[in-house]
Amino acid sequence: MGKKIVIQPVTRIEGHAKVTIHLDDAGNVDTARVNVIELRGFEKFCMGRPVEDLPRITPRICGVCPWSHHLASAKATDAVFGVEPPPAGKKLRELCNSVAYMEEHILHFYFLAGADFLLGPAADYSVRNVMGVLQAAPEVARRVVRVRHMCAKMLEILAGKPIHPQAAVPGGFSKPLMPAERDQLRKMADEALELAKFSIAFAKENVFPKYLDVVKSLGVITTGFLGTVSDTGALNLYDGKLRLMAPDGKFEDFAYDKYTDFISEHIESWSYLKFPYAKNWGSFSMDPEKPGGIYRTNTLARINVCDHINTPLAQKELEEFRQKFGRPAQLTLLYHWARLIELLYNAENAIRLLDDPQITSTETRVKVTPRAARGVGCVEAPRGTLLHDYTTDANGMVTNVNLIVGTTHNNAPINMSVTQAAKSLIHDGKYDQGILNTVEMSIRAYDPCFSCATHRLDGKLGVRLDILDAEGRLLESLTN
Amino acid sequence: MPVRLAEEWFAICGGCEVTILDIGEPLLDVLEKVTIVHMPVLMDHKLYGQTGEGTEMEIPEAEVGMISGGIRSEEHRKLAQEMRKKCKTLIALGSCACYGGIPALANLYTTEEILNKVFRESVTTETNGLPNVDIPALTDRVYAVSEVVKVDVSLPGCPTTPEMVAGALTALLEGKPFPLPSKSVCDDCPTIREKKAASTLKRRLEPPEFTPGQPLNQMRCLMEQGFLCLGPATRTGCGGSDGTPRCIRAYMPCEGCFGPLSEKANPMVDMMGALSTIGLDPKQISDRAATFNRFAGAGRLRPIPRR
Repeated sequence: MGKKIVIQPVTRIEGHAKVTIHLDDAGNVDTARVNVIELRGFEKFCMGRPVEDLPRITPRICGVCPWSHHLASAKATDAVFGVEPPPAGKKLRELCNSVAYMEEHILHFYFLAGADFLLGPAADYSVRNVMGVLQAAPEVARRVVRVRHMCAKMLEILAGKPIHPQAAVPGGFSKPLMPAERDQLRKMADEALELAKFSIAFAKENVFPKYLDVVKSLGVITTGFLGTVSDTGALNLYDGKLRLMAPDGKFEDFAYDKYTDFISEHIESWSYLKFPYAKNWGSFSMDPEKPGGIYRTNTLARINVCDHINTPLAQKELEEFRQKFGRPAQLTLLYHWARLIELLYNAENAIRLLDDPQITSTETRVKVTPRAARGVGCVEAPRGTLLHDYTTDANGMVTNVNLIVGTTHNNAPINMSVTQAAKSLIHDGKYDQGILNTVEMSIRAYDPCFSCATHRLDGKLGVRLDILDAEGRLLESLTN
Repeated sequence: MPVRLAEEWFAICGGCEVTILDIGEPLLDVLEKVTIVHMPVLMDHKLYGQTGEGTEMEIPEAEVGMISGGIRSEEHRKLAQEMRKKCKTLIALGSCACYGGIPALANLYTTEEILNKVFRESVTTETNGLPNVDIPALTDRVYAVSEVVKVDVSLPGCPTTPEMVAGALTALLEGKPFPLPSKSVCDDCPTIREKKAASTLKRRLEPPEFTPGQPLNQMRCLMEQGFLCLGPATRTGCGGSDGTPRCIRAYMPCEGCFGPLSEKANPMVDMMGALSTIGLDPKQISDRAATFNRFAGAGRLRPIPRR
């Protein structure tokens, strides 16, 4: 028997994960599989609660993207009550979404993934982190810390509470925006836009060219993509229709409340995390040569599925990106590039909304009345399409809940990328911490949120790894 | 000599870790006095050695340890014990670590009920059986960290506040104690109270009465307007340096995220009293146990008998 390598925990991601790689006698990777084995139970304990409490409870699925859950939940309650929020209510929600996106994309690029690029994948682990970035590029680091914090302050002005917010309610938004607050936010948005512009220029000059070989080889797989677009096909992160794009670029659009006609969730006996797949593309398979039903979500997916972007600077970046990498772009590390295009879009979009005179209207919310109904809410979370699906009884008490979150869609692709990365990097039993960190980089590109993914029971991503021989027989099971 | 800091997270959402970043630029000054030796969210120290050859989970020694999240699996329990062993001072960070938090709402159900829901009763899921290979040992319920190991400092809140984290770290660096406020959220709430409800209890399906743009001290107490507010039974502190409770700033009632007034307090009893005092009938609330103990389910919530 060969040897096993355990990377535990996977670090600089949100939540817990472990990767175990099994080497054969010759020291080459046999099979590596990332399995999720724990659950948290939100779908269960949301049942029996008054449905208006769900926009307050479900953000606790994730403290990094609480706004995504908050807004998907509020939209699901709108649908349950059969109401449409007033224009200012919707615009305030979308504004919060864009500000939250900026905060999260800055966090991921600079605080979590950035160290791999700024210090190098093989830098010692004691400096390969945000503290190391701070030493290596103090000016940039200070600016980034300030602007990320400023985005949190913007959310505080808009909603009182930046993490686990309360302001999106069934029928709208609880806190109108005052003109003086709007003026204050507008100045802050300008500073955020400057950082967004700087970030993509900096990365295009200093990061992506340097790592082009890695970008072209690490974790590369070919899949379809899922994301939200507006009626006219523009990138939209708060509302629109879902677009499912096949690997060849052909796509079909559908209303998000019809998601059950397009997405099914596969269960493997070895994982508590389900594997969503496009059920009309045939049966599920993670075979890299012949994947079945596999699609990806998150930044790269959205940049691939949209026809255009409605803000000028981001549109220009999209055109350049498409010219270089085509549509759909498949290289996994391009998630980072796509993330920076989205950072720019969100800064521009926040400014667009703040300049909209309707944003300071005091009509932000309508009254709702309980009824027996089912309602689906959907937003693009930073990590992918997020669906909240609630059913209530006549008193508006929750009788059923289904949640599909961004990282869960990427469960199969992450497994496939890790396998690809391990196989391409580890040969003849030779590996070191730099190589193992590079394997982890193929996970980090997806910016996975394993707290979201394991909302079902306890927020801890336990991972089990099965080692199979060439015939697919189970040789060994490893768990944490 | 910099102070060594270790951090672990258990049944978490990551919000308390983001709150640490929300200290903002002053955090950079704190970081200069601190060496982080273990913190999975920010740095790459591994539990089984950097290339995975270790056989036992190991966390380096540290002066200060922080744990976020409640305890749900035997591995969490082991890691909590390892943290206790290696850290001189142990901080429970956030309401999940202090009281179980939202994930402890799962204590209302048995694990079997949860598994059936997720794998057998979900609309999109192919029901080809429960995953049944090598399921990790879960604890029978969600536990607060202090139910498993001794905790020196508790920082409640969902999430806790940047001010509280910075204050506690500074106090520890200076060797001073960090006592929690003992007052309730109402004591820091600026709204007008007349000690008598102006309405019967109503659900949050309509906006409260307020004039946009006017300061909060011109608004009538939300509970007296008939909207259930956990303020009377909840420890204050969420307002940070501003002082005004966070949810009130959005014209929303308190949901109790800073936990009970004291370790021994019974929020159910406290809330029943607060409601009756102003003439409201607690029996109108259909979901009392989960509402009054929303963030304090570790040790306070248990499976509901099936009818």
